[in-house]
Parts: sequence; structure tokens; C-alpha cells
Amino acid sequence: MDKKVKNIIICGVGGQGILLASEITSTALIEAGYDVKQSEVHGMAQRGGSVIAHLRYGEKVYSPLIEPGTADIEVAFEMLESVRYLPYLHKGSSVIVNTHKIYPPSVATGNEKYPSDILSRLTAKKLNLLPLDAFAIAEKLGETRVVNMVLVGALSSFLPVPEKTFLKVIERRLPAKILKVNLDAFLKGKAAAEKRKEEQEQR
Amino acid sequence: MKKTKSAQKKQLLSGNEAIARGAYEAGVRVASGYPGTPSTEILENFSLYKESYSEWAPNEKVALEVALGASFAGVRALATMKHVGLNVAADPLFTSAYTGVRGGLVIITADDPEMHSSQNEQDNRNYAFAAKVPMLEPADAAEAKEFMKTAYDMSEKFDTPVLLRTTTRVSHVKGLVPIGRVKTSKGKPGIEKMPQKFVMLPANARKRRVVIEQRMQDLTEFAETFSENRIERGDNKIGFITSGISYLYVKEAFPEASVLKLGMVYPFPEKMIRHFARSVKKLYIVEELDPFIELHVKAMGIECTGKQRVPAYGELDSLKVRQAITGKKGKKLYEAESIPLRPPNLCPGCPHRGIFHSISKLGLFVAGDIGCYTLAALKPLSALDTCVCMGASIGTAFGMEKALGKDSLGKIVAVIGDSTFMHSGITGLLDIVYNGGFSTVIILDNRTTGMTGHQPNPATGMTLSGETGTTVDIEALCRAIGVKHVYDVNPHDIKATEKVLRRETAREEPSVIITKSPCVLLPEMKKRKNKPLYGVITENCTGCRMCLKIGCPAIEWVPLNEKEALSLGLKPKQKGHSRINPVLCDGCSQCAPLCKFNAINLVKDRDG
Repeated sequence: MDKKVKNIIICGVGGQGILLASEITSTALIEAGYDVKQSEVHGMAQRGGSVIAHLRYGEKVYSPLIEPGTADIEVAFEMLESVRYLPYLHKGSSVIVNTHKIYPPSVATGNEKYPSDILSRLTAKKLNLLPLDAFAIAEKLGETRVVNMVLVGALSSFLPVPEKTFLKVIERRLPAKILKVNLDAFLKGKAAAEKRKEEQEQR
Repeated sequence: MKKTKSAQKKQLLSGNEAIARGAYEAGVRVASGYPGTPSTEILENFSLYKESYSEWAPNEKVALEVALGASFAGVRALATMKHVGLNVAADPLFTSAYTGVRGGLVIITADDPEMHSSQNEQDNRNYAFAAKVPMLEPADAAEAKEFMKTAYDMSEKFDTPVLLRTTTRVSHVKGLVPIGRVKTSKGKPGIEKMPQKFVMLPANARKRRVVIEQRMQDLTEFAETFSENRIERGDNKIGFITSGISYLYVKEAFPEASVLKLGMVYPFPEKMIRHFARSVKKLYIVEELDPFIELHVKAMGIECTGKQRVPAYGELDSLKVRQAITGKKGKKLYEAESIPLRPPNLCPGCPHRGIFHSISKLGLFVAGDIGCYTLAALKPLSALDTCVCMGASIGTAFGMEKALGKDSLGKIVAVIGDSTFMHSGITGLLDIVYNGGFSTVIILDNRTTGMTGHQPNPATGMTLSGETGTTVDIEALCRAIGVKHVYDVNPHDIKATEKVLRRETAREEPSVIITKSPCVLLPEMKKRKNKPLYGVITENCTGCRMCLKIGCPAIEWVPLNEKEALSLGLKPKQKGHSRINPVLCDGCSQCAPLCKFNAINLVKDRDG
């Protein structure tokens, strides 16, 4: 086991299921034998606002907060949000971006434009970029609410946790009625991430 | 690291879940509180232990009084609140230090440095000093659970209430917590008359005041040997005195340094502090918010550095601590990019939006209050002009009215939610009636406490344990106080709402308008069938942007160029048209009457 503490930022828009995604990831890491601290903010941060969760794992984790410039992985549930937390990242950080857009109020009302160059801005920063249309994958599965599980699947391909551990954790956590579609979402997300990684390696 | 199979089960718990578990393991029998971020989940989780009684009180003062009463009856009791809640409960707090306890009494204060979800960031360690009550401060969830058990033992041993302080990053951080067994309480429940201890008449209180002094001395002695006040010996070049979450930041930033960690932040282990200070070459105090430890250490005549370097406001993290102590900037970070902000917003279908739109149209000054509706202060509604504390809307509106006299008639309204009105709005309304005012008070009755995550309150008729309680009739309550003009409105009916608002604000008598419509996030609202869907008939839309003024997240602006406008059959100069996002539309219908060109219409009744 790698003893060094690893840092994951999970960000997006309130209501996207970020808290559940980070809880499932934390639980899976614990099952794999790691110490974990997971930080989130409730209350005002919800209601469609920008949301960030910190997740740290390793042999022994002290601080629950990730220092700016030290996040190893960022999972952005929404494209614009991937840029908002840039100061947490460093050269070579892996960034999983859901390319689905949710307009913030100023864009929805036509007072500002949604930046069209998000992905190229990230590429210019020398980040290890992994764009993914998690919304489209979820839509294909017939349930747009499983976007979070698609992204957990993608994230899992970066983590030292066996697939079966993740599946077990999801099974334990979710009610039977919605379990299958969530497991499918996880696997599709994982496969999509692995495919992208392969393509990038070949290049 | 090897994967060890320890006999003790560990669970991933938040600080709040751990506190609930700690209360359970400590055998707490009665728990009361008022919801407030970041404290809310403590009682929500404790209420799952059905063998104990738990409740939402109307406010924190009542919550502490209920817990104190349970303690007087000889059982272990818990009161939970956020930092500003302790201001409300300060009255019983200060005198409970005099009465002491029978069953153990612990009061949780959950502070919010950085104001993630609060109106201020006061440092409630000052209450421990001011009320002469010991305070424990855990650093993470595992400590939070253990400290709860320690707190109850201390409370009974020293005959005192005990404060346990968390901060947002303790309450809402999840970590591994070893699960322990339940201890049966040694206390004997029953009625015992102890007037000299419980009746704080001056003659008794003067005697109890002396008891407090002795108790604080005893606690100071106890602090010297208390295992959670501990020295972690490292490099003696620099030493840190710290507590709570700040301890974790220090360990992260300076793993090699010597640390004195205070598990009890008041009273102080003075001998231990002197001994530690002598053993290190340079002494730093790292604490969030006020220089609470620092002032005490300095008053002891010990040289140390604290707020001179460490920020006195906002949250810390390990980077801030490292930079403050070393004075070095550290490596260069990616700069924040300029992108559109994403503030929180009233939800699509929120009933509050309708009344605030009418208020905004009438250009009223709005004395506001605490809740989701505080978000009405943001653009484009911009319909909330003050926000001070729970219940303040009514008193401040009345104060403005008294200051300005008749000139203010029809210009000012107070706006308050149902839960906030129950909390501390009723007394403000009493003042208006009693002292002959003409203020208009709008009570936003959405059948829940929205912002903190949908807790029931006396006006909802449900209890924390999910049972049906007695529903307070807000209208009858207002009438009983003496308000003659009380009117219900459906806030989704924008035109009717505006009419009532115009009439009542012009009235030279006190009046109350109750907007009645449930929060759309309530489960019964989410599940409702045949939710209507509204849409924009593009060819009717003139691009006047009226519908955008209510700030509904479901209504979007589609910009157009000349060619695009023509292809849609619109005038070439039209800059764009509105669109309703069907995924977000909740079918509230508020937007439809705003469109003078009949472009917004019911698309269909759909299955929800």
C-alpha cells in the first residue's frame, strides 16, 4: 500500500449527488484498508450553488482539507466547475470532467456567456484531462439521476481499490429498486474512463 | 500498512453522527435542539435511537431548558445548537452553571468559521470563559464520540454543564470511528427537591457563586492530568499549543514539531502549559478565530506568537498554518480563472419567489430574516434589505416604522419563515400590537424548515421522531396576539398576492399576510403526480425579458442573431427569446401571468 496521502476533489452543482458519490468512494477506500477523511459543506452550499467535497486517503490522514496545489485527482460533475477549483490542482493532476453543462444564473438569464474553451484551458495547464459525457451515458441507461455513479466508476479506475469492493459498497448503500441501474452506471463510467486512458496512452 | 481485523467495529461517520453515537453510548435519555448548520444532523441521527426521547424545540433557549430540566430529573441530557443558537440559549446557560446538574448535561455549540452557512463567525469558546463552564473541543469524528462520553462523566463528577464545541470541519468531516458499547447511566431518575441548588434567588445564588469558583479550581487541577490534554513530543525548536481542527492542520504542516493539544479548551492546564513552554525554543499558538488560548497564555506571562501571524478570521488549513509560521509563500499555484459565479438560488417552483417578485415590484424595503428566503437578496429579485438574526425581521421593521413615523406607511415589510416565526418571531409581533404599530408582517409558511434540510416545527404538525403532533394554527395565533387583519395568500398566484400586499401595506393597523404553499423539496411535493409543465411559444416571445425577472433557474435566455431570429419567424432585431427548461420546470405557473404576450403556456399535465 502506498503510504503517501492522496487527495481527491469532487466538485459540481448542488443536487448532482456529489455527497453520495464521495461517501461511496470513501467507504470503498476504507474497505481497501485506507484511513480516510472526507469533508463537505451542508446548508447554504446546496440550492444549486457550487459544491466542493474534499477526500483524502492514505495510511494516516490528519487534515480533512486539501491544500491548494496538492489535489491529485479532480472529478468535476459539471464542466464549468472543473475550472473553478483550479488552484487546488498541480501540474499533472488527473481531471475527470463531465462535459455536460448546467448554466449558472447569470448565463441562463443571458447576462454572461458560458465559456466555450473550458477543455482547452485545462489542457493548456498540463493537466491529465479525461473528458466524459456522463449525462449522455446515464441517459442511455434510461436514468439521468445516475450521473454521479458514472463518475464514481470513472474515478474508480484511478484508485487502488478492486472493482468488486466498489460494487459491494454500492450494493450495501443503495435500495434494491435502483441498484441495477446504478451498478450499470458505475461499470459504464469505469469502462469509458479506461477506454479514454488507453487512447491517450496510444497517442 | 496491514489490514488488521480488530475486534472493534469501525464506521465512517461525520462528526455530527459520531456525537449522536457518543450521546447514545453515554446513555443520554433526553435530547433537544433547534436545527442550524452545522449542528443539525446530531439530533436527526440521535432520534434514530428509539429508546431515548429527542425533539426539535421551537428555539435553542427552550432546547437548553428542556435538557436542563431532564438533568434536574436525574437523567443524562443533551442540547444541540449552532453557534448563534447559543446566543439565544445564553440566559439558561449562565445560570445552569450555578445550579449545576443531577444527570449529566452536555451542550453542543457548532461554530462556523468562514461562515459557510451563517450570518457571523463568533468564537463560542468565549462562552465557556464567560459562563464559567468547562469546554471540550474534539478534532475529528473519532474524538467527538469519545469526548461525548468524557463530557458526561465530567458533568456528573464536577456537577456542571459541559460545553462541547465543534466547527464545520469537525461536524461535517467524515472519518473512521470505533463503535463502542452503551454504558448504562448511574443516575437515579426521580423528583428531588433541592432548593438551595435549583432556586437561584440571590441568597442561594450567592452561595452557588462560591461553589462555581471552587469547581473551576477543581477543573483546573483535573485539566493537568486529563488524558486529552497531551504533549506530543517532537523537535523542541518549535512548539505549538493548539486544539480542535487546528491541531490537525498543525500536524499536517509540521509533523516533526512538539505539540500541546488541548482536548479541554477551558479551563486551562496552567502547569502543563508552563512546562511545555519551557521545553520548546519558540512557542506558537495556532487557533481559528479569536486569540482565546493565546490571551490566556500571555496573561500567564509566557512569550508566544499567535494572531500576530495566524489569521484571526475565516477557516485555517494546513497551507495557511505553514505560511503563517514560516513566512514563506510556498510554490506558485494555478490562478483562479474568471468564470461566471454560481451562487445558491431559490429552487424552481419555490413558493417564496412569487411573494418576493410582488415585493420587488412594489419597491418595498424588506426587513428580512434567516432561511432559504434570505436568498431573495440576490439578483434579480433583490427583494431583501436586512438580515441580522433569527426573528429580527419583525422588530427591525417595527423599529424603522417608529423612527420614521407615518412617512413609512406602505414602504416597509417584515418577511419571516414559518419555522423562524415559531423560533423568535412571535414576541416581535406582540410588540407591534402592544405598542400600536402598523407594520405588515409576511409569514412565509412553506410547511418546513427549508434551509437546514427540512426539519419539522410546531407549525408543521410533525415531530422529530416522525409522529403527528399538534399543528400550531399561525392565523389563530396572530389573532390571539391581537392582530385583526390576517390573510392567507397562495404565493404562486402572483396577481392575487400583489393585490393583498398593496392593500395591507397601506393599512394603518398591524397586519399579517401568510403565504401558504409547501416547499417543493418536501417528499410529498417531489412525488406529486400530474405536475404541470410550462413552455414558451417561441413565435409569441418578443424578447422583453420580463419572465427572467423572477430569477427562476428553469427560465433560460437563448441569444439570437439576425438570421436565427428570422428563421424562427421573429423580428430580425430581436436579440433572443426565453425558453423553459423542461427538466427544471416544476410547474408552479408563476411565470405565465408575467408574460404580456401570452408566450408562456401550459404545455401539458404530466405524470410526476
